[in-house]
Amino acid sequence: MSTPAEAPVVIVGGAMGGLRAAEALRRAGYTGGVKVVGQELHAPYNRPPLSKDVLSTVVTHEAVAFPERAATADVDWVRGVSATDADLEARTVTTDDGEVHPWKALVIATGLRARRLALPELPGRQAIRTLDDAIALRAQLTDVARIVVLGSGFLGCEVAATARKLGCDVTIVSPSDLPIVRPLGRLVAGEIQRRHEAKGVRFRLGRTVEHLDGEDRLTAVALDDGERIEADVLVEAIGSDCNSEWLAGTPLDLTDGIRADAAMRAVSTDGMAHDDVYVVGDIARFPNLMFDDVPRRVEHWNIPTDTGKRAGAVLASWLANDGSFADAVAQPFTPMPSFWSNQFELALQAYGLPSLADEDGIRLLDGELSGDAIVGYYRGDRLVGVVGLGMKAALLPYRATIAG
Amino acid sequence: MSLCQNYGQCVFEAPRIFHLNDDDKLEHLAEANDDERDQVESAVDVCPMQAIRIVD
Ligand SMILES: Cc1cc2nc3c(=O)[nH]c(=O)nc-3n(C[C@H](O)[C@H](O)[C@H](O)COP(=O)(O)OP(=O)(O)OC[C@H]3O[C@@H](n4cnc5c(N)ncnc54)[C@H](O)[C@@H]3O)c2cc1C
Ligand code: SF4
Repeated sequence: MSTPAEAPVVIVGGAMGGLRAAEALRRAGYTGGVKVVGQELHAPYNRPPLSKDVLSTVVTHEAVAFPERAATADVDWVRGVSATDADLEARTVTTDDGEVHPWKALVIATGLRARRLALPELPGRQAIRTLDDAIALRAQLTDVARIVVLGSGFLGCEVAATARKLGCDVTIVSPSDLPIVRPLGRLVAGEIQRRHEAKGVRFRLGRTVEHLDGEDRLTAVALDDGERIEADVLVEAIGSDCNSEWLAGTPLDLTDGIRADAAMRAVSTDGMAHDDVYVVGDIARFPNLMFDDVPRRVEHWNIPTDTGKRAGAVLASWLANDGSFADAVAQPFTPMPSFWSNQFELALQAYGLPSLADEDGIRLLDGELSGDAIVGYYRGDRLVGVVGLGMKAALLPYRATIAG
Repeated sequence: MSLCQNYGQCVFEAPRIFHLNDDDKLEHLAEANDDERDQVESAVDVCPMQAIRIVD
């Protein structure tokens, strides 16, 4: 076994966040060893198309793979193994194949997994998080298929729209009273429901799935009000859980993900930041001073890239041990949250954190909701988020206002 | 650039090279020079459609 001094930087989680952290280490001039340990067998790929355009055509790894860069060609990828344990004092990670991986610095990039219903296994039950999920789901989206989507967040609505476009019969069942209401507010949520209904998607809102029918395969779902909906596929889009269990034996603060400071250093329950442990991507709960100093997890696509770059740069500076570390940590880090969604003809794009808006702080700024529109989200008189339905170019100046 | 869906993310990373016009269409204004390599690498990273490829 190598001594800690020659041990590599170990990145746990080999998806977008892990990839971006590895690239950023190299970009910042770090030339030592980098090992990525990841559960998935696939090289890093882009998840968003898995509920949208790619799901409507052919789902393959080539269709969604991230380009490989020359600078990270010498990274040691260990695929198909999961971390089960970490020891921050001995500086090791243990994986489920029994290997112990020593590290000189650790990057946590284990992201989220789809939450599942506590119901018996049955073919026809589907999650949508990984490439393999999307491949399995695609095979069942024939034009005679009856699909029930449980959950009306972005993911549920996107899968519903894609399935409907493919000719499936689609019902969205959701405990919420409007689709995507938590991130977008009632004004935009109501319009999204209208557009889905205009395309023939049915809604059962304020409901959940309680029971499944079927012997060898799903035939129907029963709702909590007794209604029975015939279904070949149930897509469970009910949110996600953080892959943080493997860190349970460490002093890290594992409340809702893993807490990090604005340098993306992992933070212990006693508030101490670790110079040798970093957190990136969906699982990181970090403060963004663009808004305030409250640490939050942000499940948007730009976050693995922005936090991966940030963590890679700070860590490279710590590893270089050239006196630049304090400056690197003190650099401001205020990544602009941005997300988008395609549902039927709707191209929605958002900047900032609309969910921070006051209840009465949501206003139409431009256009008409039934067509193209821009909606502003205010906390007090400060614009904290903006959502465009179409109008992509007109949206850009508002992005600058949010950045302040 | 058939993959491009005009999200305009690249515009922030490399403004001299990419521009979103008033019809919400992306325009490719210029070829990158060597100094702009980093900007274009960043544009590749932020493009949701993976629509930007660097051709040396
Ligand atoms: C279908 C879909 C559509 C989306 N669409 C959009 C969109 O339109 N716009 C938007 O802004 N965002 C979207 N997102 C969100 C975006 O894709 C995520 O924010 C991003 O993928 C998070 O990347 P990550 O690397 O942090 O985590 P993940 O992608 O979750 O990667 C974590 C990796 O770690 C691995 N792992 C987990 N536990 C362990 C362990 N113990 N040991 C080793 N490896 C482990 C996992 O297998 C996985 O490969 C979408 C997500 C999905 C699933
Ligand atoms: S970021 Fe990509 S999708 Fe968006 S405008 Fe630029 S090239 Fe097009």
